[in-house]
Amino acid sequence: MRIFKLIYKNALRHKLRTALTVLGMAIAVMAFGVLRTVVDMYYAGIDATAVNRLITRQAVSYIFTLPYSYRDQIAKVPGVETVSFANWFGGTYIDKKNFFARMGVDAETIFDVYPEYVLPPKEYETFKSERNACVVGSELAKQYRFKIGDIISMDGDIYPGPWSFVVRGIYYPRDKVTDATQMFFHWQYIDERMKQDMPGRTGQVGWYIIKIKDPSQAAAISEQVDALFKNSSNETKTETERAFTQGFINGFSSLLNAMNAVSFIIIGIIMLVLGNTMIMSARERTREYAVLKTLGFSGGHLFGLIFGESMLISAFGAVAGLLITYPFVAGIEAKMPKGFFPYFFITPQTVILAGAAALTIGVLASIFPLQRALRMKIVDGLRFIG
Amino acid sequence: MAQAIIQVQGVSKSYWRDSFEVPVLKDISIDVQDGEFLCLMGPSGSGKTTLLNLIAGIDRPGMGKILVGGTDIGSLSETALAKWRSQHVGFVFQFYNLLPVLTAFENVELPLLLTPLSKAERRKHVELALDVVGLSDRVHHYPKQLSGGQEQRVAIARAIVTDPTLLVADEPTGDLDKHSAEEIMILLERLNKEFKKTIVMVTHDPRAAEKATVTHHLDKGELS
Repeated sequence: MRIFKLIYKNALRHKLRTALTVLGMAIAVMAFGVLRTVVDMYYAGIDATAVNRLITRQAVSYIFTLPYSYRDQIAKVPGVETVSFANWFGGTYIDKKNFFARMGVDAETIFDVYPEYVLPPKEYETFKSERNACVVGSELAKQYRFKIGDIISMDGDIYPGPWSFVVRGIYYPRDKVTDATQMFFHWQYIDERMKQDMPGRTGQVGWYIIKIKDPSQAAAISEQVDALFKNSSNETKTETERAFTQGFINGFSSLLNAMNAVSFIIIGIIMLVLGNTMIMSARERTREYAVLKTLGFSGGHLFGLIFGESMLISAFGAVAGLLITYPFVAGIEAKMPKGFFPYFFITPQTVILAGAAALTIGVLASIFPLQRALRMKIVDGLRFIG
Repeated sequence: MAQAIIQVQGVSKSYWRDSFEVPVLKDISIDVQDGEFLCLMGPSGSGKTTLLNLIAGIDRPGMGKILVGGTDIGSLSETALAKWRSQHVGFVFQFYNLLPVLTAFENVELPLLLTPLSKAERRKHVELALDVVGLSDRVHHYPKQLSGGQEQRVAIARAIVTDPTLLVADEPTGDLDKHSAEEIMILLERLNKEFKKTIVMVTHDPRAAEKATVTHHLDKGELS
């Protein structure tokens, strides 16, 4: 028999209590993992950004548009390789809950500035040649069962009226973090309709995407672009794609901070639960610890027994928690409309953080029982009636 | 005459309750010879368990000196004292104090985990100790599957498995029925006579005390 066996047997001495503690820890670890995953996914867009892309938007807010005429001026700035643009379309596909990103883009350049969207060349050629063609991401196609040749009908809101698009391509994500839940179509298709229905809204794009040759020149190029439109009625703000995405996410900072706080509060609560279990166990075993000391077991041995038991329970909880987190997150992903998050998975950092949190709980929960057992005088322990 | 294996020299001990000092032992001096079976008797609160604890090295005297096998155990550090206890003292408690999650075998094996013995050697020692106490057929039983008398015999096997210099027993029959108590006392007597173990026992039971070779009475912390 080894000390580990005694630790194991002690941990299972009160099977129901240990099971409930492990279950509590598992649920807490799962809740922590899910919350962290949601927070991670909010920030995931930042990871998907490229260092050689700049975003130019209206200086006041990205909800305002910019003139299409800016395109040629931006293209002349030294260091700029390609200028593309996009426009948020909005609209409703069958039902409002069917949310995904729909954007009017420059078909000629969009796949050049976003090489992570991989579109078969033949489909790309067809897409470029038909005005009402659209391209959808593979995840989106999977969710709504879109196939090449399908017609997607929408009710416009920002751009009112009925709209129809023919699926001419399905792009695939190059990287795991690439968003494959978007729908692209020709900006010109929208603009031409606007010329007929609302002439005052023609020639406007949502934002420019600038591919630059040298990422180290990003700041200088941004300044030069913004300088072009200084004191105009549509001043611009140019920044790296990372900064742009970060700024977008900052709009949700209160929510994200609250979720972060809750995830750590959960850890705190479960620490108290495990701490309580360990204190109860240590209190019940006061006399046994005294007997072990009497037999010659040292403080180190008692430390091993109590600390080991705490760590064993927390490890069980962590493993069980992580095991249930994966199917839970997969279930959320399956239920969640595509496009709400570009992708949804548990990052290795979340696993490490949850594991580390569980182990920290194990360490902290053992402190008080350890202190009690190590300081206890043998004669007091032998007299103890639990 | 041979030198006593236990020499209690002018030992006093007090406890503090709130701000009051409660004297428990007053200037006690006793010698215990090697192979002796000493019984300490006395009313509750007379200090007999305190004296036993001091001799066993699980408490320290306020004044005086205790030598066991020539070692001044009061001068040892906590770590050294723990090691000394593991090598020289076997303990038998009133309530057996077996670990409920361990089998009889594992409970008896516990003190051997502190020795450098191999697993096979430990097994040999444990089987021998359980054989001595007549529980070879209860090796894999847990304490809750044993009677009180059997539990106490397992505790005695645990106490003798390291072949200690000294056995201390605090009310070893205090929680047992008459028949089981008799069996335990016969076992202790056998350990003393056949295996030449020095035993110091505290008891209220006059029948148990009859097995001892020497009896001391304590009253209000003094030998009477």
